[in-house]
Amino acid sequence: MGLYRDEGVVLRTQKLGEADRIITLLTRSHGRVRAVGKGVRRTRSKFGARLEPFTHVDLQIYEGRSLDVVQQAETVSSYGDRVVGDYGRYTSGTAMLETAERLTAEEKEPANQQFLLLVGGLRTLAGGEHPPGLVLDAFLLRSLAVAGYAASFYDCARCTRPGPHPFFHIAAGGSMCGSCRPSGSATPARETLDLLAALLSGDWLTADASDLRHRREGSGLVAAYLQWHLERGLRSLPMVERT
Amino acid sequence: MYEGVVQDLIDELGRLPGVGPKSAQRIAFHLLAADPGDVHRLAQVLTVVKEKVRFCKTCGNVAEDEECRICRDPRRDRSVICVVEESKDVVAIEKTREFRGRYHVLGGAISPIEGIGPDDLRVRELMTRLADGEVTELILATDPNLEGEATATYLARLVKPMDLRVTRLASGLPVGGDLEYADEVTLGRAFEGRRLLDV
Ligand SMILES: [Zn+2]
Repeated sequence: MGLYRDEGVVLRTQKLGEADRIITLLTRSHGRVRAVGKGVRRTRSKFGARLEPFTHVDLQIYEGRSLDVVQQAETVSSYGDRVVGDYGRYTSGTAMLETAERLTAEEKEPANQQFLLLVGGLRTLAGGEHPPGLVLDAFLLRSLAVAGYAASFYDCARCTRPGPHPFFHIAAGGSMCGSCRPSGSATPARETLDLLAALLSGDWLTADASDLRHRREGSGLVAAYLQWHLERGLRSLPMVERT
Repeated sequence: MYEGVVQDLIDELGRLPGVGPKSAQRIAFHLLAADPGDVHRLAQVLTVVKEKVRFCKTCGNVAEDEECRICRDPRRDRSVICVVEESKDVVAIEKTREFRGRYHVLGGAISPIEGIGPDDLRVRELMTRLADGEVTELILATDPNLEGEATATYLARLVKPMDLRVTRLASGLPVGGDLEYADEVTLGRAFEGRRLLDV
């Protein structure tokens, strides 16, 4: 027991008692942390908006017996205001937060890469330069890759034969050549797979130039891929507004 | 664990919001030691409240009739609707005596991470109320937190084609506090919402 200092992004808050909240954070060094924010629901709380979702904060936390307690919080970056003024960004951003929470199953298990990915993703989302739906799909594909579930959009995911291949299979890990493809493989448009590869590698030039119909097909594949690896679907994903 | 009915009481109390197992136990033993008349009155009120209190068919506020007292009051301004999340927000705003219009209680805020979307709130009912053109101003008084702001954003966009004056409650510095303790978001909002000081 004692004090520790870390920086983290607020993923979720839940009411606790009269005026407190349990704050779930993804931190740089301690992975996912749950800590009590005392009095944060009072309009005169010293924390103000610092412990709201989408805020990147520098924290001092006291390690309690059952729950940790936030003692101090200073804002590093607040993305909430720029996210919440646009419903598409808000719903995409919420799905990013929920994914980060679900992909860090163990509390306090370091998840530095997931943390960096989330901070980068929120910065891009708040920047507003790319469509929120694409920012979300890029984040989902990269988060899954960091978690060890990188999908293949070119080479055959089974025999590694170089693509492009016409077949795609979620459970088998992505693109499939003619001889490896399991029954029930999908045959998405070539451009859709190119888009997903671009999102995974951070090629925004290609991604931004994509057609609406390939974006739609792509997000369907990403959602199915995520669902396959998470067992339980995300609550926020069906509510994401895609335009 | 306690014997049968005592444990049942603790379990039931423990399901109330904000009541942990320790508090549930404390309340249970308080009730056991209390005057039977007091406890009987409490039980009676609980039963009656469930039988009598309903939700206003117009605004969604708690009501003892089909419509709540505010919606039935002919002195209230029918051209303004103030949208809030919960009935308790109506009570809070009524205490200010600043508002003479009517309310619309959504029953919560949009929170995708909890699985709550616009369809789970009384949004459709609000649109129905706005349809006849009697209302000219909509005040969005959802909570000044993330979900409340997102809900206001959603509603503002939804009613945009309707030619209404849409306002949001000012959020800013808490009265009675020191400026230096305000966080960046609150302080930024206070700047945005600054008003002319006409002396
Ligand atoms: Zn009413």
